[in-house]
Amino acid sequence: MEIKVLGPGCANCHTMEQLAKTAVAALGIEARVEKISDIQEIMKYTMSTPGLVVNGKLKHAGKPLPSIEKVKAMIKEEA
Amino acid sequence: MLKAFASYMTYEFIGLDQGSRIGDVLNFFIYDTIKIFLLLTVIIHAVSIIRSYFPPEKTRKILAHKREFIGNILAALLGVVTPFCSCSAVPLFIGFVEAGVPLGVTFSFLISSPMVNEVAVVLLWGLFGWKIAAIYMVTGLLVAVLAGFVIGKLKLEKWVEEYVYQIKTGQGQQVLTQTFRQRLQYARWNTADILKRIWLYVVLAIGLGGFIHGYVPQDFLVRYAGNGNPFAVPMAVALGVPLYSNAAGVIPIVYALMEKGLNTGTVLAFMMAVTALSLPEMIILRKVLKIPLLIVFAGIMTVTITAVGYLFNAIL
Repeated sequence: MEIKVLGPGCANCHTMEQLAKTAVAALGIEARVEKISDIQEIMKYTMSTPGLVVNGKLKHAGKPLPSIEKVKAMIKEEA
Repeated sequence: MLKAFASYMTYEFIGLDQGSRIGDVLNFFIYDTIKIFLLLTVIIHAVSIIRSYFPPEKTRKILAHKREFIGNILAALLGVVTPFCSCSAVPLFIGFVEAGVPLGVTFSFLISSPMVNEVAVVLLWGLFGWKIAAIYMVTGLLVAVLAGFVIGKLKLEKWVEEYVYQIKTGQGQQVLTQTFRQRLQYARWNTADILKRIWLYVVLAIGLGGFIHGYVPQDFLVRYAGNGNPFAVPMAVALGVPLYSNAAGVIPIVYALMEKGLNTGTVLAFMMAVTALSLPEMIILRKVLKIPLLIVFAGIMTVTITAVGYLFNAIL
């Protein structure tokens, strides 16, 4: 499973990355969480950061951040 | 009903004397706090729902290849409802430019978004009445339209970093599809998120306002920055530009200045200077704009905000 956290490097983007990692660990699934800070790469998916992409599909974009439960659900939907 | 509740809490439940200064201050505080938080909750909910229909991808489509002026007006208005935080400024700017949104129109959007929003308007409404809130909103939009229009006319595209024009994403960004239920849920989160960030400032503003109202002499500041001083507006703007805060953070100071009889135009100009121009945003925008353009931007904003400050002091 491929999870991408999109963000140029703001505090919220960092929190989003932690959320994704925590969710993956809690779900006990095999997934690679990758932090994307390259603008061109981010913009393949969205203009609003932070963003969460699961298996190529945009699941969240912008503020406010989703709750950990919500992030788990987003990952499970694509699993 | 709210008034009765506030009076009951102050004079019956806590048991302060009616007509005592401390009693009045507390009564006012309880009433204003409840009123403003009710207003905030309702309005932020409503705006969040509207906002969920205007992701930046849609706003960009509306603004692409729009003629100037009409485009500037639309951009300023869309800046109010499109969700945007300064950390997304770079992808948003590049996305707009790529889609053919004129530079000046993009600026109108970037200016109005942090300056004119529901939090600013509700706080001004709750604390000073709807007229001041309406004036702030209209002048804020005016500043965004004018400043963006002037930047467009100056043809400053050469001062945008070259790489911005080379990025080609094919505008293939995905837009999240939401059911109405999900929009309501988003509105609830967004409201909770905003209230969590601003509540302290709001309580501080109301408390400070009540305290000044009750205890500090009326002409304390007027002597230095009131009617008699023709430089009050540029002074307020010059003070506001280096300061940075969101609308909620600046509200305690705005309340204090207003209470002490500073002219409305002067105070609103101060608030705009604080919210619209910020060093952190400039640093972020530096990734896409060259320094001369940032300087021109700050200069035009300073002049426009000063002008509307004078304008309002003259009319009101």
